Amino acid sequence: MKTLKEVSCGETVTVEKLWGEGPVKRRIMDMGITKGVSVYVRKVAPLGDPVEVTVRGYELSLRKADAAMIQVSAE
Amino acid sequence: MVMRMTVKIALAGNPNCGKTTLFNGLTGSNQFVGNWPGVTVEKKEGKLRGNHDVTVVDLPGIYSLSPYTLEEVVARNFLINESPDAIINIVDGTNIERNLYLSTQLIELGIPVIIAVNMMDLVNKNGDKISMEKLSAALGCEVVEISALKGTGIQQAADRAVAAAGKKVRPVVHKFDTEVEKAITSVSAMLKDVPEEQKRFFAVKLLEQDSRIREHMSSLPDVSREIGHLEEIFEDDTESIITNERYVYIASIIKDCVVKNKKRTVTTSDRIDKVVTNRWLALPIFALVMFLIYYVSVTTVGGFLTDWTNDVLFGEIIPPAVENLLESMGCADWLQGLILDGIVAGVGAVLGFVPQMLVLFIFLAFLESCGYMARVAFIMDRIFRKFGLSGKSFIPILIGTGCGVPGIMASRTIENDRDRKMTIMTTTFIPCGAKLPIIALIAGAFFNHSGAVAWGAWMIGIAAIVSSGIILKKTKMFAGDPAPFVMELPAYHMPAAGAVLRSMWERGWSFIKKAGTIILLSTIVLWFFMSFGWIEDSFSMLEADQLDSSILAKIGGAAAWIFTPLGWTQAGEGWKMAVAVVTGLIAKENVVATFGMLFGFAEVAEDGIEVWGSLAAVMTPVAAFGFLAFNLLCAPCFAAMGAIKREMNHIGWFWFAIGYQTLLAYVTAMCIYQLGTFFTGGGFGVGTVVAVLLVIGFLYLLFRPYQATDSLNMDGGRLAKAVK
Repeated sequence: MKTLKEVSCGETVTVEKLWGEGPVKRRIMDMGITKGVSVYVRKVAPLGDPVEVTVRGYELSLRKADAAMIQVSAE
Repeated sequence: MVMRMTVKIALAGNPNCGKTTLFNGLTGSNQFVGNWPGVTVEKKEGKLRGNHDVTVVDLPGIYSLSPYTLEEVVARNFLINESPDAIINIVDGTNIERNLYLSTQLIELGIPVIIAVNMMDLVNKNGDKISMEKLSAALGCEVVEISALKGTGIQQAADRAVAAAGKKVRPVVHKFDTEVEKAITSVSAMLKDVPEEQKRFFAVKLLEQDSRIREHMSSLPDVSREIGHLEEIFEDDTESIITNERYVYIASIIKDCVVKNKKRTVTTSDRIDKVVTNRWLALPIFALVMFLIYYVSVTTVGGFLTDWTNDVLFGEIIPPAVENLLESMGCADWLQGLILDGIVAGVGAVLGFVPQMLVLFIFLAFLESCGYMARVAFIMDRIFRKFGLSGKSFIPILIGTGCGVPGIMASRTIENDRDRKMTIMTTTFIPCGAKLPIIALIAGAFFNHSGAVAWGAWMIGIAAIVSSGIILKKTKMFAGDPAPFVMELPAYHMPAAGAVLRSMWERGWSFIKKAGTIILLSTIVLWFFMSFGWIEDSFSMLEADQLDSSILAKIGGAAAWIFTPLGWTQAGEGWKMAVAVVTGLIAKENVVATFGMLFGFAEVAEDGIEVWGSLAAVMTPVAAFGFLAFNLLCAPCFAAMGAIKREMNHIGWFWFAIGYQTLLAYVTAMCIYQLGTFFTGGGFGVGTVVAVLLVIGFLYLLFRPYQATDSLNMDGGRLAKAVK
């Protein structure tokens, strides 16, 4: 199983499933990361965390710990 | 008689979509800024330009109507409880897919919605096309094209909202998966006492198992069968199913309504971001930006303006003028004292900080609206989240090294309620400019000018911030708000000068208004305690060098025992330390001058060189270092307390902050004295045991496991009532 956390910069992936529950999951989904959406990993912050991704045409940053909840597959 | 109909319009939309600009455009200078009852979320209301019967309420910028963030709960409570006559939903055209997600939720509330698509100039520039007619048909509500920045289309949006106000709401047209729709229909049928147009909203919320919806319902139907059925089919929880369905619906209509330019051009924003958050350049650029802010607002322009206001305007110009005036009127001594040392000094203490603050606020407003502030959080998050603060806490703390008052006010840029409160509580731990004379005094009198004292003071400040962050994060009060760091990084853009100036003015004014009262009042009370006392058994007003006969000195004498464990009472002089601590509340540098007066010197240098000998005779170096630590950490000056009260906007939280700071100061000073005395060969006693126990307790609080909770830490009932 591959998660968004392991995706390297410059790669585009498709979201397969979101693990976890409650506020964190809802927040991630509210921001547009839902099943089937394609996510482009744009860059990593200078200190190594969080990461910046492009999703649904805008830039979003999320921590690696939260990115680990997002199961993805290569496009 | 003509019936005047008052109309209330709510303005809703995502953060960074131009909502504030639209609000300013709609209401002009006709605004009232306050807070939503019981919370620190800002509330803005205004009368519509040209039609004063229409009130526009600016809701907090939100992405969703979930029950998990304070802003979202505040917004939806307002929408449900106060049922405004219409909603203008502002949508960023360049980011339409995610923006419409909120729209699909607003439409379900049973209130007429006008969708205002903003930033159409940028959309056109990118070569994209959005069909307003198709969008309107797909969402079942009116859609207008606006540019909030240029002011085009906003009057039309307002007119449509006023026209729609109170009209019958069109039925919701968007549809989810058939199984989900079946469940919604069957739950809707159970809702007997909910108005027809709100049924879909409540049915969806019940299916989502929204933890806060019960506050708005008289009876809760049992929907577990529907939930179980859906969860079985979709193999997911209902909350996620519905979120998913919204985006699926939006994706399906976007295909019809929006034509994207095929060759995606690299925007200016992309080019800026490539440099500004570049792996190697990000930190140097960040340091440069921070240096610039600090240099201009603390060291040069801001510092100059504040010094001028304090030393010239409220030092050489106003007081002598007032004094001459009062003398010529033959004013009584006590009244003259009250006016000069109480009121004028108090007003000076309030206004002295304002120029510097305004300079800082220009920077902050600029950084926020140009999009860099979000990058600050992005860059610094890694470090600050470890101790429960936001990456954006960096700026308040940095400014706090100059002056804690604008530092606290700078915490306004932090959206998350918990992070903001935590930042407000810890910002003044860092030694500010006014604490430097105390450091110089202690270093000179006890430690042979050692630079290590200043270094130690800084370390204590940083350690206090870090450990307070970790400890407070684990307490019940702060554990509540589960705010994951999932943050939008908005496109860079040049802010409008008017918006920056307006933001600067609003924040500055709110400090004067809300913090000013407490600062002025405390200054006057303390003036009274310092200038009156007993001379030869008769109560009278005192000369400046008779401070040791004042009421304050009496109180200090009575309270000196409190400081015995801190080692301040050697030779019976402990009350002098207590008095100095209290006068330090007016301004921290007063501590030095107070020692001067109490030890019989009329004027002392800034580092108090005259009193070094006297001070060294009444305290051990260890106790003196504890005294320094106490002054660094305890309740800050009245001006900073006023700022804390303003920013907490809650009297309970204000006292909690002040109490926590003072308690931490006391415990730190005591541990320094007791353990320091023990290790320098001062013997073992009860105090040593207590200090060791305190250190153990502190370490326990620091290292005990952290338990996150899922619920929003907010008194829902109280909030719901307050909003009503």
